Amino acid sequence: MELTSPTAFAKDKIEALQEYSALAGNSVASLFTRPHYFPDMVQQADLIGFGSLPIVVLTGFFTGAVLTLNSANSLERFGSLSLLGQLVSVGMVRELGPVLTGLMVAGRNSSGMASELGSMIVTEQIDAMRALGTDPMKKLVAPRVASTVFMLFFLTIISDLLGLVGGSAVASLLLGLDYRQYWSSAWQILKFQDVFMGLFKPLVFGFIISTIGCYYGLSAKGGTQGVGRATTQAVVASSVIILLVDFFITKFLMAMFGYS
Amino acid sequence: MSTPTSTIAVPSPTPPESASPVVVFDDVSIAFDEKQVLKEISFQLDKGETKAIFGVAGAGKSTILKLTLGLIKPDRGHIRVLGEDVTTMKEQDLFELRRKIGMVFQESALFDSLNVRDNVAFRLMEEGESAPEEIEKRVREALSFVELENTVDLFPSELSGGMRRRVAIARAIITRPEVILYDSPTGGLDPVTSTTIIELIVKQRDVYGTSSLLVTHRLQDAFVMASHYFDTQTGHMWPLRDDPKRKIPMKFLILREGEIIFDGDIQELAQTRDEYIREYIS
Repeated sequence: MELTSPTAFAKDKIEALQEYSALAGNSVASLFTRPHYFPDMVQQADLIGFGSLPIVVLTGFFTGAVLTLNSANSLERFGSLSLLGQLVSVGMVRELGPVLTGLMVAGRNSSGMASELGSMIVTEQIDAMRALGTDPMKKLVAPRVASTVFMLFFLTIISDLLGLVGGSAVASLLLGLDYRQYWSSAWQILKFQDVFMGLFKPLVFGFIISTIGCYYGLSAKGGTQGVGRATTQAVVASSVIILLVDFFITKFLMAMFGYS
Repeated sequence: MSTPTSTIAVPSPTPPESASPVVVFDDVSIAFDEKQVLKEISFQLDKGETKAIFGVAGAGKSTILKLTLGLIKPDRGHIRVLGEDVTTMKEQDLFELRRKIGMVFQESALFDSLNVRDNVAFRLMEEGESAPEEIEKRVREALSFVELENTVDLFPSELSGGMRRRVAIARAIITRPEVILYDSPTGGLDPVTSTTIIELIVKQRDVYGTSSLLVTHRLQDAFVMASHYFDTQTGHMWPLRDDPKRKIPMKFLILREGEIIFDGDIQELAQTRDEYIREYIS
């Protein structure tokens, strides 16, 4: 393995950050300049949104179910089993729904974008597109970013709902609780701040997933091996950054809404 | 030698106009990862002329084509294409200029998620100025030129290597560009298919008078181009000896270690005393 000097390493990282920032900025700017690629956006929305639905449904349902199982045990010790709906509701809507949906979509779509764009890079299709007078940023990146942000928002809502359904199923079928009490407490505990926090996160996560997937795809070098490397890096980077950013968004929004 | 036949309605041959350069390289240098690929090279491509670029692998041949399109920028020097300095243009302005230039990539670079029709029509659909019927007509014309009318609904993965190159040529010529750049259009193909591709390039040169830069490893391809012309009356390619008065607008450019060691026509090439060039062409 070739050793790299600390200076060269730092320069590489700063250059990568600069290129990523430029791509992220250009992808947003491209949405507001002509030409617009609505058919490509719809196609991507179908691939990203509808295509991710099965994993999001399963993830949401079983996360809610297992959260209920684990929480019930703790709540029962304090005689507060009636609060089960509240706990699952807040946990899913504020945190688990957005984060787990983000991670699932990152695993499926960030890798998909990196491999698709990476393959186009190594087979000179991106150069061919530029040579044909089309801006890949507008044709390929902007539709993916817009569609991921848009669809992740709705996927998160579906995931939240399925999480509550999973929790309700476990509560009523396994724990013998009244499902009306579960839904009533789940509904009443939710405040505007909780819903806002839960629905703001997927907008940021969608942007992270798509821009990182596109960045690693467009930076792929070294043939098929390079495409494989870009795919792995895209999933790892987007997943880790989602978790990091989640902490800071949560901290910021809690401070903003005056949570103690 | 097989000869191309075509149902395309071709205009009368366009004689090359007086030497007005369409591509000018002026003192251009570029390095990748501290390796100097091109060193202060200068040359020009005149209107209606075809210039074949030779050199060993890594000599910088494909880099010249990418520089011409503005896909990469040189470290120093200036490149003027159709009167515009591509070294100082912004990417957005370059997209406009590139619409006047056709490019055939080494491995065709067809969009693998689009069928042949959509690949060939890509530029017209992106421009959004033509009606669907007009686009279909132009696609059929371009595919007829390369004799692949029956492949419109196929995907690139269903085509042979030679067919992919021909589709790439159809994609490059559909907007009748003023300049076409060919990057090893016959690389990796069998001799028969290579000859078919070369005939198409000669046809494009002699029928439309298009200026072109042709990167190739195969000297025999360039010699065929320099010694044959396309006759629109018969729809066939003929050796020059059948019409000795005809001038072929063809030049040769040889690169060695990033520098131009030869730039001239076939007679000058045949008469050169440079040992390296003589060994290269022998």
